[in-house]
Order: sequence, then C-alpha cells, then structure tokens
Amino acid sequence: MTPSLIKRRFMDSASMDNQLRWLSIGLFVLIATISVLPSLRLLVEALSHTTFSTSSPMAEVLRSERTWIALRNSFYTSGLGTLIAVILGCGFGFVVTLTNIRGRGIWVFCFMLPMMIPPQVTALSWLQLFGPASPILNTLGIEPALGSPQPMYSAEGIALLLGIQSAPLVFLALRTQLISLPQDLLEAAQLSRASQFRIWVNIILPLCRSAIIAGAALAFVSSLGNFGIPAMLGIPAGYIVLPTLIYQKMAGFGNDMLSQVAGLSMIIALLVLAGMLLQQWLQQRSRYALLGHTAQSLSFRLKQWRLLLEILLALVLCFILVAPLFALIVSSLVPALGMPLNAETITFGAFYEMIGRQGVTVRAFENSAFLAFSSALVLMLVSLPLGYLLMRLPMRTRAVIASLIEVPYAIPGIVLAIAFILLFAKPLPFIEVSLYGTLGIIFLAYLSCFLSVCLKPVLSAMSQLDPALEEAAQLAGARPIQRLMDIILPLTAPAFFAGGLLVFLISINELTVSALLWSAGNETLGVLIFNLDESGDSVLASAIAVLVVLLVAGLMSLLSLFAPRLPKGVIPWHG
Amino acid sequence: MARLILDGVEKSFHGAPVVKDLNLTIEPGEFVALLGPSGCGKSTILRMLAGFEKVSNGQIIHGDDCLSSSMRHVPTEERNFGMVFQSYALWPHMTVKENVGYPLKVQKTPTAERNKRIQDALEIVQLEEFADRLPAQLSGGQRQRVALARSLVTEPDVVLFDEPLANLDRHLRATMEETFRAFHKRTGATMVYVTHDQSEAMSLADKIAVLNKGQLVQWGTPQELYARPRNTWLANFIGRGSVLSVAAVAPSQYLNGANLHELIDQHSPDRAASSVLVRPQDIHFVSADDSALIVSVHSCIFRGERYDIELTLKDGHRLLAYSDVPMALDSQHHIRLGQAWSLEREV
Ligand SMILES: Nc1ncnc2c1ncn2[C@@H]1O[C@H](COP(=O)(O)OP(=O)(O)OP(=O)(O)O)[C@@H](O)[C@H]1O
Ligand SMILES: [Mg+2]
Repeated sequence: MTPSLIKRRFMDSASMDNQLRWLSIGLFVLIATISVLPSLRLLVEALSHTTFSTSSPMAEVLRSERTWIALRNSFYTSGLGTLIAVILGCGFGFVVTLTNIRGRGIWVFCFMLPMMIPPQVTALSWLQLFGPASPILNTLGIEPALGSPQPMYSAEGIALLLGIQSAPLVFLALRTQLISLPQDLLEAAQLSRASQFRIWVNIILPLCRSAIIAGAALAFVSSLGNFGIPAMLGIPAGYIVLPTLIYQKMAGFGNDMLSQVAGLSMIIALLVLAGMLLQQWLQQRSRYALLGHTAQSLSFRLKQWRLLLEILLALVLCFILVAPLFALIVSSLVPALGMPLNAETITFGAFYEMIGRQGVTVRAFENSAFLAFSSALVLMLVSLPLGYLLMRLPMRTRAVIASLIEVPYAIPGIVLAIAFILLFAKPLPFIEVSLYGTLGIIFLAYLSCFLSVCLKPVLSAMSQLDPALEEAAQLAGARPIQRLMDIILPLTAPAFFAGGLLVFLISINELTVSALLWSAGNETLGVLIFNLDESGDSVLASAIAVLVVLLVAGLMSLLSLFAPRLPKGVIPWHG
Repeated sequence: MARLILDGVEKSFHGAPVVKDLNLTIEPGEFVALLGPSGCGKSTILRMLAGFEKVSNGQIIHGDDCLSSSMRHVPTEERNFGMVFQSYALWPHMTVKENVGYPLKVQKTPTAERNKRIQDALEIVQLEEFADRLPAQLSGGQRQRVALARSLVTEPDVVLFDEPLANLDRHLRATMEETFRAFHKRTGATMVYVTHDQSEAMSLADKIAVLNKGQLVQWGTPQELYARPRNTWLANFIGRGSVLSVAAVAPSQYLNGANLHELIDQHSPDRAASSVLVRPQDIHFVSADDSALIVSVHSCIFRGERYDIELTLKDGHRLLAYSDVPMALDSQHHIRLGQAWSLEREV
C-alpha cells in the first residue's frame, strides 16, 4: 500500500471519530446547561451570602418565625399525606396485583389518574365537593349553613389531597415488586402448610418492605415539593408551607428577596435530598435477591370475597376520584356558585365565555400547548443521540450522568423555578437578550425538568436492543449517525413517542414552575386555573379544569395504545 | 485477497488478561476455526478482528494494511469484513431484501446493480422466494441464511462467524454446515469461524486454532490436531480417547504396541511419568496371552453403530474402547494396544 493511501485511511478514521466526538461535546454542553447549571447557581446564591453576621439573608430566613412555622406545617401535611398514600397505595397494590380481581387494567388506570391530574385541578374539584357553596350539596339540598367553614381549607384537607395525589407512587413501587414475586414462593409456603395469614406476615410483607419504603419516601418528597394543593387550600386559610412561603415572598419583592427565597429553596432541596438518601439506605438494608422463576406472578384466588372487594375498591375510587370530578363538572355547569343544578339552571355559559370572550383563556391554552409541544419535540430530538451516547459509556459513568439528569426532576419545581430566575434574571451575556418575563425561560425550565421523563423510556428501550444489531450495521459500513437513523431510531420509535407524549402530558398542566416564571401575556393553563380561582371565579376555573381532565384522560388512553410495543414499565399505568 | 496476520495480539479487560500473545497467520481464502471451551476468549478475538474491540498489545495486519495496533485502530466501518452473529442480528424492521441490501445501500450502489446483487446473494442461500418477508416470519435456519447472505453481499475479503449454529437443532446444523462449505467454495473468501463444538470445527475448517484460557494451545489442520495433539488438555478436548500414565518417554512421538506395553509395565507411581493418548480404535480385544493387559468392563453403552466400552485397568486407569458386540459388566478381558501418542505435560 502506498503511503498516500495509508494517510487517507488514517484521515478517514479520524473524521469518523469526529462525528461521535462532536455529538458528545454538544450533548455534554447541553446537559451541563440545563441540568447542572441551575442547581449550581442556586447553591452559589444561597452560600455566597452566608456570612456569620446576623444580618445576612440566610440568617434572616433562619431567624424568621414564619420559616419555622412553614417547615413544621410542611412536615405535618407531608407526613400525614404520606400515611394516607401508603394506606391507599398498598391497599390497591395488594388487591389489584395479587388477586384474581376482574378488570385489572381499568382499576390501575383509574387509580393512576389522580397522579396525572394537575394538583390545582384536584384541589379545585374537592373544593367544589364540600363547603356551603358546593353545587353538588346544593343540588342534593344538603348544603351546610352559609358561613360555615369550608372543611378543605385546613391542614388535614391539604394532607388528604397530598395523600391521594401521591398514592399512585406507592402503588407503582409496590406493584413492580409484587409482579416480580414468583409463584413458586407461595407454593413452597403452601406446601409447608403455612396459613394464608402466615404467608402474608412471614413472606409477602418482608419481601415488599423495601418497595413500600421506597414508595413512601417518594410520596413524602413529592408532597414536600407540592405547590398546587397547599396554594389552593392553604393560602385562603392562612396556612403556609415551605413552597407557598416562597411564592408569597416572591410576590412581596423587597430587599434581598432573591437571596432569601434561594435560602428557603435550599432548605427544601436539602430535605428532599435527605429523604432520598434515607430511602436508598433503608432500601439497601432490606434488599433480597429473588431467586426462582418469574414465569407466573403471585396470585391469590378470591372466592366469595371477590365481589365484596370489588365493591370496596369501587367505593374508594368513587370517593377519591369520581365524586370530586363529578363536583367539578357540576360546578362548570351552574351559573354561579351556591346555586343548585337542575334543568332550569344548567348552562354552558362558562364554556362559552371561556372560549368566546376571555382572550386570556385562549392565550393560556396556546401558551401551554406551545410549551408542551415544543419541549416534547426538543426533548425527543435530544433523547435520541443522548440515549445512544449514554449506552456506549461504561456502566459507572452512565449511572453518574443519568443521576445528574435526574436531579432537576427530583428537586421540587419551586426550587427549580428559583434557580432559573437567578440564572436568567440578568440579560444573557454577549447577546444582551433577557429571557426573564418571556415564555423562553419557562421553556428552558421545562427542558431541564422533564429531560429525564423523556429519556427514561428511551434508555430502557435501547438497553433491550441486541448490541449485535448495531454492530451488524457497523460491519455494513454505516457511520454513527446513519446507524442511529436507520437502525436504532426505527427500533426504539415507540419509546420516543411514549417519552414525548409523557412530557407533553405533564407539561401541559404544569403549575409549580410556571407559577413563579409567568408574566402578563405568558400565562399557562395551570396558572390560569389558579388565578381564576384566587379571584373568586370558580365556575370558570372549573370549566377549564374539566377540559384539562378530559385532555389528560385522552392522552393517557392514547399512550395506552402504544403500550404493547413498549418495554415493560415504560407506561406507569400498564404492566 | 490478502493474508491476515495476528502478531502478538493481547487483550485485557480492566487489567484482567483475556487473550495472551496470540500469533496466527491466516492465508487468503483459508477457512479457519477458533476452537475452545466457553470463556476462553474466542469471541474477543473475533471482535478484535472486526474492530469492535481495540487490541491492548500487538497488531492485526491485513495485506499491507495495519488494522489494529496499540497506536491505531481502523474502525469497523472501513474494514470491509462480513460477520454472521450467533443471534443472527437481523434488523427486525427490514424485510429480507432490505436486510441483505443494507450494506449496498450504505455504499450507495446504484439500484439496478444493488437488486442484482441481492438476487445473487439470496440465490446462494436459496431464499429467493422469501425476499419480501420480515425476519420474524422466518425459521431459525432461514434467518441464519439471511444473515449469511447479508455478510457476503459486499464480497468482503474476510467473513467472521461467531458460533452461528449454536441456536439451531442438530439436524439443521448439518444442513447449514453444508451451506457454509458451499459458500466458502463459491466465494473463496477468508473465513474465521468461532465454535466450541469440535466436530463442527473439524468438519468445516482447513486449519484450527485451539485456545484455552486465552492462550493458543495448538494451530494446525484437523488431521494434525487429531493425530498429534500437543498436550494432555488438548488430547482430552479433541476426539475421543484415553490418557494413560506410563514410564517417562520423550513427548510428541508415536509408540508402537510393543514399546507401549513395556512402558506400561515399567510405570510405577514413585517414578517420573509421561502421558500418552490411546484412541479407542487402537484397542484390540485378544485371547489370553502373556503380553496382553487384563481389564474388566466398567460400563457398556449402546451407540447405534457400535458399543462404547469403558474398561478398568489393574491400576485403576480407565480406557475407552469400541466393540461390535455388547459385553457383560465386570467381565474380564484381555486387550492389546496398537499404538499411542506421547504428550507434553500441561503447564
Ligand atoms: N466487555 C468485556 N468486559 C469485561 N470482560 C469481558 C468482556 N468481554 C468478554 N469478557 C471476558 O473475557 C473472557 C472471554 O470472553 P469471550 O466472550 O471472548 O469468551 P468465548 O470464548 O467467546 O466464550 P463463549 O464460548 O461462552 O462465547 C470471559 O471471561 C469474559 O468474561
Ligand atoms: Mg463467544
């Protein structure tokens, strides 16, 4: 071979490596910007003003009585909420997974729905269910006397809704574990003549303990960061928790307000972090390797109890899901709160007004749809090369990067929003454009927040691909980008759509991040419902909420259509 | 066509050596098998040839071209090698025709020529009428033949096979072996074939490299390996036979019957000893006489065309022999050994 030929070969291989190298560098910068930078900025802000003088913002936060009240309230509502979530989630999890109950798919779908319905809508529908102005109670003629208190405006009301909203998290964690329990375990126990009760206490519970703990920790952490529910139920009653305290401080402006909220967010972030670590530690202590075949999952035959249990489940679902949603629908159909619904009063006025006259409604729909669509699209596009590169990394590096991507999703939205405000409050360097007060800042926050939502199904689909499929394409002479488009993309496409659809579903209803980042003209749907309710326009708010719930249920059903073509566990309410 | 040379190739994963100082020269057009027990590094060698793994040391040379060394690494895409995987690695979203034609599509071959070459490739593996099926609609053997067609469509210099028959049943294996043999004759490409099945290697390959724990044990034709295995491990691994301890003798030579009987008599546990390999067809049953060895029958297994007889010698050694008639367990017999091959001790 002539030297020039050798040289050409060498250049070729260098250029090939370049394709991968540029891809990697680009994605590295992207992840650094949207995942790591916000958290770092927050940390810097909170620490940079930490002097030991008593007048530093951090010291002021710690000295303020309201901080401690909010902290205590947060613990109380989240703790009680977690308890409710564990009871509901475990009950449903055991019954739906371990027994031969009928219509399993529908039960799971209905039970998962509360997690997907935005918290402010949940809160609104429960408000419509109780209280003197409740259209349902008015229709039935059993409304409490005017002036009597709304029972939901209380710590326990908040806790109840937090519990219902996060019960699916416990349910999911438990269900995943239960599905993997092999039938042989049960049979072995039955052969050794253990009673049903003994089987429960000695075998099933110990094996599920770690899953339940993990689910409870997730429920606690997500309740701690929840903004929608305490904002709708707590603010009117003057009951503050940490996220609503931050919100109120943000509204209050004032000197070194930003440093103070940064300090408060750091407190939440630390609590969440502690919760996560505790969960990991507990889980590691009680992890058993499961031996045996999982061909058949554990299942108890219910005989005469089956119908009874089904009725019980239906009643619980009625209470936590159907009744509030029904109240919401009724509220959207009455002319004003406090009036009963009957043939004469029924009106679609709220829907007409929402679509016809209120420019802000249409705008909010447009904004939310635009944000959700573009973040889903961008994240899908990013997930393809990102997932591909991650799969090529050594195990350990992959785990580190995956958890970095997870950070913005795990930290509460309110904290993330503060981080983005800190990051973009000043105009961007070099181009002198300010993102603050535009949709752009919400868009970036969504990218940061939901990257892991989109990436997870993609990664799990990619890790199930036989590596030989790509190697065969390599032998055929295809370069990385061509392999990505010809082989990997078509084979993992359902996971991409699922990821994108999940992002769309979550971001179209998002409230917490946008509650802090919105500005006039840039309202989102979540903010709109919140603002309408706050200004006393509950009927209109209910009408919008009804549409939102329909949208959510529709999207979830659409995702269910993909389920057979996806790896197990990608769609939470399937599997 | 060019010669493929592995020169001192080594590979380690995280410091653990998997392939140690491997030297092979593969002539153009040769059919070479890499044979060894599970985990001995066969796939790793193949993957280094394909360019999926870099070498830790040494170099791989193809013609005048250095493909891999510690300094440089020609990526797989540029090697023009073909490969047939154990899992077939057919792309499930493409039809048979698209699977086979993909390498040509990547090379931007004009459509007319592409179709002709796909047609030719499918003809070699006799799958013309399946061109528009998806891989999921084919049987295991058909899938493997599609994979074969795909690996040959670009007329590569070297085709690599990683246990291509491991997932197929015994009957199908025989047919596929025939397909591979015909394919080799027709294309004349150099082939490197990984397997842990010695009969597959023996029946297909011109030359076999036997590996154990990452090290080349012997490199030669199937006949050489069978007739003159280097050490006791290889003697146990290739073909059937029994390894006997005898009085010390120089390795790598054939011993005739008389010498052999003498060495067996002279052997005692406290003196230096050598190992020899006795093939079952070299054991003859004789009527009682002074020089014959006395044995008892330990087991007798029917194999269809004959019986496998396991014999126990006086000193407890076991010997495998063939017989046309069944023999009663524990019955006494006399045997005479025709010849044996002396082995190196394993290190
Ligand atoms: N990517 C890797 N990282 C670490 N160790 C590896 C890797 N690939 C292979 N090994 C190790 O190298 C050794 C040889 O593996 P290899 O796959 O080459 O064996 P093999 O001879 O093909 O075996 P088999 O017949 O079972 O396929 C094994 O011990 C394996 O664990
Ligand atoms: Mg292998």
